[in-house]
Parts: sequence; C-alpha cells; structure tokens
Amino acid sequence: MTGIYAENSEGIFKKSVLEAASYASKIQNGPVTAICVGKPKDGEADKLAKYGVNKLIVIEGLDFFDAQLYANAVTKTIENSGIKTLVIANTYEAKSIAPRIAVGMNASLATNVIAYPDMSNGFTVKRGVFSGKGFAYVKLEKANKIVAITPNSTDLIENNQSISIENTATEQINASTQILSTSKSAGKIPLTEAEVVVSAGRGMKGPENWIMVEELADLLGAATACSKPVSDMGWRPHNEHVGQTGITIKPNLYIAIGISGAIQHLAGVSSSKIIVAINKDPEAPFFKAADYGIVGDAFEILPQLIQAAKNR
Amino acid sequence: MKILVCMSVVPDTTTKITFTDNNTQFNSQGVQFIINPYDELSLTKALELTEKNGGTVTVATVGLADADAVIRKALAIGANDAIRINAEPKDGQFVAEQIAEHIKANGYDMVLTGRESIDYNGGQMCSLLGALLSWPSVNVCTQIDVQDGKAIFERDIDGGRQNISSSLPVVASAQKDLCEPRIPNMKGIMAARTKPLLVIEAVSVENSSTYSLFESPQAKQAVRLIDASQAGQLIDILRNEAKIIA
Ligand SMILES: Cc1cc2nc3c(=O)[nH]c(=O)nc-3n(C[C@H](O)[C@H](O)[C@H](O)COP(=O)(O)OP(=O)(O)OC[C@H]3O[C@@H](n4cnc5c(N)ncnc54)[C@H](O)[C@@H]3O)c2cc1C
Repeated sequence: MTGIYAENSEGIFKKSVLEAASYASKIQNGPVTAICVGKPKDGEADKLAKYGVNKLIVIEGLDFFDAQLYANAVTKTIENSGIKTLVIANTYEAKSIAPRIAVGMNASLATNVIAYPDMSNGFTVKRGVFSGKGFAYVKLEKANKIVAITPNSTDLIENNQSISIENTATEQINASTQILSTSKSAGKIPLTEAEVVVSAGRGMKGPENWIMVEELADLLGAATACSKPVSDMGWRPHNEHVGQTGITIKPNLYIAIGISGAIQHLAGVSSSKIIVAINKDPEAPFFKAADYGIVGDAFEILPQLIQAAKNR
Repeated sequence: MKILVCMSVVPDTTTKITFTDNNTQFNSQGVQFIINPYDELSLTKALELTEKNGGTVTVATVGLADADAVIRKALAIGANDAIRINAEPKDGQFVAEQIAEHIKANGYDMVLTGRESIDYNGGQMCSLLGALLSWPSVNVCTQIDVQDGKAIFERDIDGGRQNISSSLPVVASAQKDLCEPRIPNMKGIMAARTKPLLVIEAVSVENSSTYSLFESPQAKQAVRLIDASQAGQLIDILRNEAKIIA
C-alpha cells in the first residue's frame, strides 16, 4: 500500500504535498492514505481528495516540530495503516524526518527523486546527483520504500476521491529539543517553491541596485536569488544563494542577470525549464546554458523589462 | 567535548561530470577529490567548539585507501585523529550504519555532518544517524554553540530560520553560513603526517539500493538572442510564445 506524508505548513497543504499525493496515487493506481501532524485548516483535506487521497490520518498531541518525535509518531501510524511505500515532498522538514522514518520502518530511502518509478523489474527511481550535473537510476531493494520527490518535478494529476478523516493521538513524551524562536520571511515566495525566479550576480555592482531586481520579480510573481559571491559579500541573504554549494532549484523560468554562469552556479539552476541570461559579455558561459539571451548592460535592460512587465 | 565529524570525499566542484562503462560508473579519471564543502564547514565548527570548550575532534570517512590523502587534509586543518571505515560507500544508509557502529562503540557528545554531499546529494546522514543512535538530530544549521551542557542551534526551515536548543549528545548538519572554512597551514600539514588515521573494517548491512545507470543532463539548443534595444520583447515572448508567465 502507498501513502504520503502531508507536511502541514501552518494548516495548509502546499503544492508539493499535492504533487506527492498525485505521485503516490499514480504508482498505487488507486486512492492512497495521507498522514499529517496537527489539524489542517477547513477545506485542506479536500485538496488532498482532489489528487487521489481517500483517507487522511491526523496525528494529534505534538505541539512543535521535533524530528525525533514526529518521525516516531509517523512511523507508528505507518505500521498501523499498512503503508509499505511512503511518498514525501523533499523539503527541509522531509530531510529531518524521512531518514528517521526509513530507519523506523526498515525502508530503502531515495531523496531528490524527479520522476515516476519504473516498476517493471522491482522499483527503480530517477534521482538528481552531482548537484545538477547528472542523474542516476537507483533500484530500491527493501520491501518498504520511501521516495522523497523534488518539488516541481512531477505533475498534479486530478483523481477525485471522497475523503475520510481519522484522528490519532500520540503518547506524551518529552522532546529532546526545544524551539527558542522562529522567524519567517513574511510574504515572500520561498525560493524552492517558486515557479519563476529572478536572480542576479556581481554584475549588479552593489546591493542598492536590487531595487530593480525585486521590482521585476514582484511583477512576475517571482522569488529572488543570487550568485555565491553576492551572498558572501552580504549584498543578499545567504538563503538566496543558488548553485552547487547553495540551493538547487528547478523553476519553470530562471532569469539570470549579471551572472557569469560558472559551472558551480549552473549546477544549481540548470534543471530550470526555461533559462534567460542577461549579460554584457557575449562570451559569458551562461549563454551556452540559456534558452533566451540578451547581450547588454543590465542597467539599461532591467528598466525595459520592468516596463514591459507592467504593460499588459 | 568529544566531537565526531563525518566527512565524505567528493569530486572538486569544477569537475565536468562524465560516466563510463555504458554509463554505469562515474568516470573518476583525472578527477581531483576534495573534502565535501559542507563537511569542511562542520570540521571548522567542531574545531571552534573544542578550542572554546576543550575536547577533541575526530574525522570519520567510509571509503577505500584512495580517500586517505583527503583525510590527511582534514587532519592538517586541525582534527586530532581520523578513522576510515574500509569500504566502498554504497549509499547513505550503508554509510550511516557503519558510522553509527563506530559511534556506539566509542561515545561522542556531538556528531556533525554536512547538509548533503555534493556528489550523491542524499541529505540523509544527519537524520539517519539520529535514528540509528536514538539521538536528537538538527538539520541545516547556520549556527552551533554549546552552553551549560546544551547545544544551541540556528537552523534553516522552509521559508525562514529557527533557534532551537537540544540535549547532548546530538547530531547536527552544517549549512552554508555556519562558518568560514579553514585552510590548512604549513604547520598543520606537517603535523597531519603523524596524526593517527585508524582503518577499521566495515560491518555487513542489509542492501538498501543499487545504482544501475547514470545520465547526463540534456544539452541545450542554441540560445535565442534578443536585441538589447528591444529587451521588452523578452516579456512578450515569455508570455505569448513560451507561455511560461501570465
Ligand atoms: C567550491 C566552490 C563552490 C562554489 N559554489 C557556488 C555556488 O553554489 N553558486 C555560485 O553562484 N557560485 C559558486 N561558486 C563561485 C563560482 O565559481 C563563481 O565565482 C560565481 O558564480 C560568480 O558569480 P557572478 O557570476 O555573480 O560573478 P562574476 O563571475 O564576477 O560575474 C559577473 C558577471 O556579470 C557580468 N556583468 C558585469 N556588469 C554587468 C552589467 N552592467 N550588465 C550585465 N552584465 C554585467 C559580467 O560580464 C560577468 O559575466 C563556487 C566556487 C567554488 C570554488
């Protein structure tokens, strides 16, 4: 039986969870069970139902995220519900708990999975390796399996179900960790979830010039990103740094402004569906990795793009 | 404090990745190997912590003898000693089981890993070790400190940051921003030659996965250039031809 872990983001199931539901019901070839921690908001369960979930098990009694307690509670629920293959969206939360669940249920674990499995001879998944420079086909050998899929890699597949909700309580156990404070970048689109990303590099000359980058991003409903030196110099926060030693992203559209296109940078962005490079140097390596390019000065091109994005 | 740093040995970041034997093997010919950049951060942080609080830093790697040169570099950066578990690192679960055995037998206060290795990008080691040892695990840390017998972390969460504390022992993974990686100096390189590098044999574990085939990303078609004086056309093309923005 196939199930999903539905990450509960303050009561909401994000698109990546719905992708996991679609993936699971596709490989199950039928409805699947979802497990979440904490009560979702009204109507959220219906979102899961639309993508093939016919049963939601809500684990109650865990008031904050502790990887150990979450994983133990989810593992127990998996055992009780007979799930053999668990699909999970590969977020930070998933990375904290999926390996722990894998140990708990003695499962083979594959992270960074970007396509449906080949089940003709066992269970073989395709995963991203070498930080965007390659892919590997990996056969999961154990009877139990966990597949952590990269957001924005697989489709949403509608498969309407009627959903039942079941609550299960955990025993009270003290956590080994304690949350002291949390800060969220309010209102901004998280980079890993963004479908459009506007990114800029050292060619922007200084942090004050990001006003233009941000304006274009706002107009396109995009998240902002940057190259490594830009975050190293403190022009932008480090969580915007994409590349081999930063975040790997695969948006539908990646616009790179004043970024040379070094191999370490490309590693993190080359799986984007469409890449636009804007650079004053016609020899910049980014043009070899781009679908569209503009050779010219970013300070002249950005205002034109902003203007065009406003006209509709 | 006794700290263990789990280190993986990976191709240099400038490596052009290719495959051999009908795409069943990574082509390591002519490739320069380095300390996984995230592990370099956890090593540096471990040294900072023991310099402040006293203690020792041990580096552990699962790998064959060709990893020794890179392990010596970690010793040159400042680790007190190293162990190499003599086996091909098959997959994350295999590696974690090996290192967990060593930890159980030797006891540590803190175990640090990288956020992920830049070759197989598993991102599993920290949480796998936590589960195998029944320890708390804290991922993608941008700050690590020890105060009054507790570990204090700042970590990335989806869409933000969080400060958390944990009891010891604990396993944590390093995220960029944790610290500036140290570079070995001449004195360190000399000292590293005589520091202990213990080689131990692997334990047998159930096979979890098999890598069958590799593939390179598809080459892009030639770029379509838009004239800089007509840059606004790009937006029209993305809207109406590529239909990628609204
Ligand atoms: C171990 C290691 C890991 C690394 N990891 C990463 C990583 O994860 N991510 C990453 O990004 N980098 C990484 N790097 C760094 C990488 O090698 C490059 O140095 C970096 O990507 C360059 O950033 P940049 O393109 O912003 O700057 P530069 O290389 O300085 O390029 C600036 C570009 O802007 C253009 N330009 C200048 N002025 C203008 C203008 N007015 N209008 C238009 N264009 C202009 C220039 O032609 C140039 O192409 C790593 C390096 C190492 C050694």
